[in-house]
Amino acid sequence: MKEHLLVSLIPALPLVGALLLGIMTLLRANQPRGVSNGLVSFVALCGPVLAFAAALKLFLGLDAHPSGYIHEPFTWFAVGNLDVPMSFYFDRLSGVMALIVTFIGSLIHLYSIGYMGHERGFNRFFVYLNLFLSAMLVLVLAKSLPVLFLGWEGVGACSFLLVGYYFGDTEKAQAANKAFIVNRVGDWGFILGLLVLFGFMGSHGVWTLDMLTLKSHAALLTPAVATTVALLLFVGASAKSAQIPLHVWLADAMAGPTPVSALIHAATMVTAGIYLLVRLSFVMDAAPAAGYTVATIGVLTAFVAATIAVTQTNIKKVLAYSTVSQLGFMFAAVGAGAYAVGIFHLMTHAFFKALLFLGAGAVIHAMHHEEDMSRFGGLRSRLPFTAAVMLVGCLAIAGIPPLSGFFSKDAILYVQWERGWHVHYVALLLTSGLTAFYMFRMYFLTFAGEARDEELDRHAHEGPAVMNLPLLVLAVGSVVAGLVGLPAAMGGSSLAAWLEPVCGAPVDHLAGLTGDALKQATFIAHSHEYLFMAFAIIASGAAIIAAYYRYVLMGKTPFDVPRNLILAVFARKWGFDDLYQLLFVRGSIQLIGWGLDRVCDRFFIDGVVNGLPSLYTRMAGAARVLQTGAARLYAYVMVLGATLLFYFLLARFGV
Amino acid sequence: MIPTTHFLFVSVVLFCVGLAGFVARRNLFIIFMSIELMLNAANLSFVALSRHLGNLDGQVFAFLVIALAAAEAAVGLAIVILIFKNANEAQQRDALSIDQYSSLGH
Repeated sequence: MKEHLLVSLIPALPLVGALLLGIMTLLRANQPRGVSNGLVSFVALCGPVLAFAAALKLFLGLDAHPSGYIHEPFTWFAVGNLDVPMSFYFDRLSGVMALIVTFIGSLIHLYSIGYMGHERGFNRFFVYLNLFLSAMLVLVLAKSLPVLFLGWEGVGACSFLLVGYYFGDTEKAQAANKAFIVNRVGDWGFILGLLVLFGFMGSHGVWTLDMLTLKSHAALLTPAVATTVALLLFVGASAKSAQIPLHVWLADAMAGPTPVSALIHAATMVTAGIYLLVRLSFVMDAAPAAGYTVATIGVLTAFVAATIAVTQTNIKKVLAYSTVSQLGFMFAAVGAGAYAVGIFHLMTHAFFKALLFLGAGAVIHAMHHEEDMSRFGGLRSRLPFTAAVMLVGCLAIAGIPPLSGFFSKDAILYVQWERGWHVHYVALLLTSGLTAFYMFRMYFLTFAGEARDEELDRHAHEGPAVMNLPLLVLAVGSVVAGLVGLPAAMGGSSLAAWLEPVCGAPVDHLAGLTGDALKQATFIAHSHEYLFMAFAIIASGAAIIAAYYRYVLMGKTPFDVPRNLILAVFARKWGFDDLYQLLFVRGSIQLIGWGLDRVCDRFFIDGVVNGLPSLYTRMAGAARVLQTGAARLYAYVMVLGATLLFYFLLARFGV
Repeated sequence: MIPTTHFLFVSVVLFCVGLAGFVARRNLFIIFMSIELMLNAANLSFVALSRHLGNLDGQVFAFLVIALAAAEAAVGLAIVILIFKNANEAQQRDALSIDQYSSLGH
């Protein structure tokens, strides 16, 4: 059927785009003008936009096709009991993800045409960006776990290529390495989880890695196996989505160009971990202990990252830690079993985080690639449009109603309390407050007050329309996206209801109650919701006022940092980088290097290479004694030898 | 009849004396003499065993050895005379000592 073909077309289109661009660039590589930026931009844009169109068409057809569209163009490999086709599946969940990826991907492609316009590696950037989009779509639309892993690895590789875009700079290249290596640790967990699942299911006769088939046999899972698989997959997810302790790569990955940070490290790649856990929700459902662990780590990460963000002076690093923190929120939702809520926050976050990153990119572009906020200040007068959209983004992430961030964050907090995880709730509430605080700190330091660097400020101007249009679209999205996930008190989440066939229904505390008891329970639940909403608004509002007071009224700058121990810990990123440097760099690599040098090289190899000739020399020295040249000695030795030979022969052969 | 072992015993003794002289003495002439003595000891052994075995091969070989010894002594002594003649006054005192003929250092 034609529609089914579209499913495979979605990841294929950007891939074709990347190949085309690559070939075009290579063919014209030695000519002075190469390929024109306009042509490259057009070809590059085709991939994501056409993919979006295809995704939209399929999405609109989902109501008629509730079970989704499946397409398996060819068999990837078949070994023994295992048959793995290259299978793609467009259902409600993957449809939502595909739309987010292609929509925001297209906007960022458009933005990049303006942002990267003066770069030498313009073509290369778009090749990698399209390649990335293709890999991400493979991941999202995968029906079988190896295909998902293919996309998983693909986005990791493209992240490496894109973060290391400025490969001439050693630090930036090392950041790319760090991203890839930490991701690799996660891949190890992922594969182990995959193997355990496959082995277990196989022992019950279900030899498949197709996610739908596995889901239908979910009843076979024991809590022990499910917990193991879930935790192992979470290791993979936490590397991809930068949770503690594998979060260290995201901040360094800001070394890549800003559109890369917006696309990969805000809206798409880092959400792959969440998507994985939601897709395999049947495993998580069978393992309540794993859910608690996931949520706890999510909450911890959210809090720690927020504390670090408060101390950062680089505008992109603030946003990076903010991403880590918000991902923690998403994991808290997923761990609590509220998968639709996690996806909801993923969606709203994609909008406002991409907006924030692209807006930051506009600022950086205006300030001639300066990223340090201590050199910003008072930019609202120079960049009014950027300031306006950034304000929208900051309000959204701070959780001010009626913008989208409020609804999604509130849903997450509500779910924590519902599950009885009160500590999680309080921690996340505090984190929300911190989020509002550091985001508005960033806003005020950049846009309010007086310009701190006259030279830079003088040349600051708004970017071209290609950069501003995506900002506008994302701003609108950040405002309205929340309407699909209203709390139950205000009508209920249409998103959650719509995703229910895939993600499962959230725990209904009102089930089994009727009549008056039902009315009372409903009233209590709704009033809880309003109460939590009030708490959230108070927390965020107070934080914003505090930030305003400190950075506008009191005019503090990044240089006015109070010197106390707590802030020092935050500024040191809680010592994670230092610990890893000690354990892994110094502890293992350098230790092994030292060991190899001392023991293997010096002791063994040099011992043999030097010792053997030395032995021969000493032996020769001993033998040299006989060479006196004295005839009498020779005569004597001859007689001696003859005598010995005579005795030997006598003993051997008898008289 | 004198038992053959007596002859062999004498032969051995003569040989050992010759050997001892060869190794222990410094004077060239004494060394030559010792060589002759060893050769003669071998001759004695040949002849005695020839008589014991009733075979004339041993006696024929003894002839060979005598001729050989003579030739070798002639050549050797001729060389010694030449050395002596070519040595100057100071060297003549030591010319007949075998220690003179080391290849490495004097």
